[in-house]
Amino acid sequence: MTLSDLPSSTGRPARRWRDRPGIIGWLYAAPTAAVVVLLFVLPVALAVWMSLNKWPLIGGPHTLNFPDNYAHIPSDELFLQGIGFTVTYTVLIVFLLVIVAMVLALIVEQPRRGVGILRTAYFVPAVVGLTSSALLFYGLYSASIGPINPLLQALGIIKEPVDWLGTPTNALISTLILMTWRFAGFYMLILLTGLQAIPRDIYEAARIDGGGPFQIFRYVTLPLLRPSLALCFVMIVTGGLLAFEQFYVLTSGGPDNSTVTMVMAMFRQAFSLFDLGRASAIAVVMLIALVAVNALQLSVLRRQDP
Amino acid sequence: MGSSLGASRRLGAGLAAVALVMAACSGGAATAQPATAAPTIAPAATSAASTAAPSANLGVDDGTTVTMWTRSVTAVQTQALVDAYNASHKNKVQLTVVPFADYLQKVGAAAGGNQLPDLLGGNVIDAPNYASRGLWQDLTSRIASLPFAASLAPSHIQAATYNGKVYAVPHVMDVSALYYNTVLFQKAGLDPANPPKTLADLKAAADKIKALGADYGGMYFPGNCAGCMVFTVFPSVWGAGGKVLNTDGTVSTSDSTESVTVLDFYNKLFTSGSMMASSKNENGTTQNNAFATGKVGFALLGSKALGTIKETADLKMGVAPIPSSNGGVSTFVGGDVMGVSSSSTHADAAWNFLAWSMTDQVQLDIFAKALFIPVRTDLAENQYAKNDARLVTFNKLVAQGQTPYSKNFFQCFNDANGPYLSMMRAAFFGTDAAAAVQTGNPKITTCLAGS
Repeated sequence: MTLSDLPSSTGRPARRWRDRPGIIGWLYAAPTAAVVVLLFVLPVALAVWMSLNKWPLIGGPHTLNFPDNYAHIPSDELFLQGIGFTVTYTVLIVFLLVIVAMVLALIVEQPRRGVGILRTAYFVPAVVGLTSSALLFYGLYSASIGPINPLLQALGIIKEPVDWLGTPTNALISTLILMTWRFAGFYMLILLTGLQAIPRDIYEAARIDGGGPFQIFRYVTLPLLRPSLALCFVMIVTGGLLAFEQFYVLTSGGPDNSTVTMVMAMFRQAFSLFDLGRASAIAVVMLIALVAVNALQLSVLRRQDP
Repeated sequence: MGSSLGASRRLGAGLAAVALVMAACSGGAATAQPATAAPTIAPAATSAASTAAPSANLGVDDGTTVTMWTRSVTAVQTQALVDAYNASHKNKVQLTVVPFADYLQKVGAAAGGNQLPDLLGGNVIDAPNYASRGLWQDLTSRIASLPFAASLAPSHIQAATYNGKVYAVPHVMDVSALYYNTVLFQKAGLDPANPPKTLADLKAAADKIKALGADYGGMYFPGNCAGCMVFTVFPSVWGAGGKVLNTDGTVSTSDSTESVTVLDFYNKLFTSGSMMASSKNENGTTQNNAFATGKVGFALLGSKALGTIKETADLKMGVAPIPSSNGGVSTFVGGDVMGVSSSSTHADAAWNFLAWSMTDQVQLDIFAKALFIPVRTDLAENQYAKNDARLVTFNKLVAQGQTPYSKNFFQCFNDANGPYLSMMRAAFFGTDAAAAVQTGNPKITTCLAGS
């Protein structure tokens, strides 16, 4: 007989704390929860507090000035301009990355000779840091030292050198090329995992029913790939809306502030204009917007089939 | 478009860029390689005692390691100083070279986290900002104890002065001037001994050099570099008697007649093709390259370029004051200052480096010998300057130039995303310089008024 077998005042056996359902689960989750609180919840709370105060980067005092920091946002031309550009960039990069990653994943899905080398080659850019990648492409695109223009001219693909970063459209396209090179392999891996998880007999059944390759892709592959696609969309949209390094290094927000993103505007507010209060207000607004966007995405992508 | 380097050289440069970037860490500052080899000098005296009065405060040389940050545009000079100091002192200086475009942001972020280096360099136009925010320690009494205190570059000392206290010393001097290729002058039938004095003369000469052939350019200008524009356009305004700021640096006067005249001149220079088309996207990092090829007639550069750009059979450099509309002369007395960070716990060791760097032997053997301007006006008439008429020109310009003073100068003028660059690019490369100024100048004033 154990303590747990002794009758309680209600007539039922008393339960040890460790037998209560959920307690063990909470204990397992506690370390991760602690990390999340320390590295996410507390910093967000601090950012919210800073956004309610006049908070210079250096020195003080810090005095409550709500809603001044938020009221300043509509007059921040650079930030407002950055919203439009960031959304445009995000839409373009989502389509570009998902399509390219899907094509690559379909290419390397079937085991055949050389597929290992292909998978490695497509994935290798993902291990290069984003800032390093942007510096690399800055050199490649350079009008004075870059090899891309001479190479394309030598191959007869272009007659005159291309001004890769000199116009707003070219600067955007050049950055999209950089980001596709850098991330397509990474998202290919996610989609490949999803593709390989689809049972083969479903494809067999579809072929027996007379389905062609496109029909099988549209009515079998895509629906079953929904969880992987949802993950890709959430990650790419979040990354797009938070775009910073690639534009900071490659274009410096130019030409003529045409490639300034929301985060660049926030960064300038904090570290050029030395105003952490206003920068925090922008960060809080962006956080709310990101949560809303991702909630909408997930509700659309995860809806159950009837 | 752009400099015409050989295809193999481009490919080699591209491959070198790939290797360099693949080996680099992401983020953080990288130690840049100097554009040219540091000047060779004899080992400096182990202390400055031989040139200092007994009461001079020279800090301590006790084997301390001090950290230093400097902007990439002063890498050559700073590296030369650090190498010489480390070779002759027990203290050691660890130098980090930071890309100039990101310098203020890096300083701001480090200051917020109390992680500034012991020795913090900075653009002289940022000195009022740094001093007013308490980034540097008060050096007033240390400077005053030096026997040559009165001859330290006045504009730099003034820029580093806040509320009557001096927070930094001159580190590198850089005055802006008109560089011209005397080889191309002779080809175009121009007199190398008679460079342009007015903007009209400059356009006429640039047109003649452009007419030499499709491979030649009249002028190469960093049209996407705000700091470069400030450095080289302001002198034309000042030379004509105009101003760019009010006295306390809170109102922009770029809408003055003198200023609009200058911007209109550059607009026409670009429209006519005498300013190379690739100027529009030059952000300053490769601005010396085009002039160095020997295919460009004029460039507006700092005095540091004289010791940085190598002369060749195709390029012999002449220098002259930057022209103005009426022939008046001025220059932007720029460069960097350096102070001891307010958070440094090695102030005495850090000051030992600074005091040593301003002594006679160092200023002559490292700076003057390598064709750089000394930071002391009493050393302007040195034996190296007298042998090179170009240095005489620079030294004369120092006395004729100005350094603008404003707490928010970098944010409003030098910042790549600031209002000044937007206005200047619209004025230079748009259809109506005056209209661009009318639209852009109020935004600069709004920025200057910020906290």
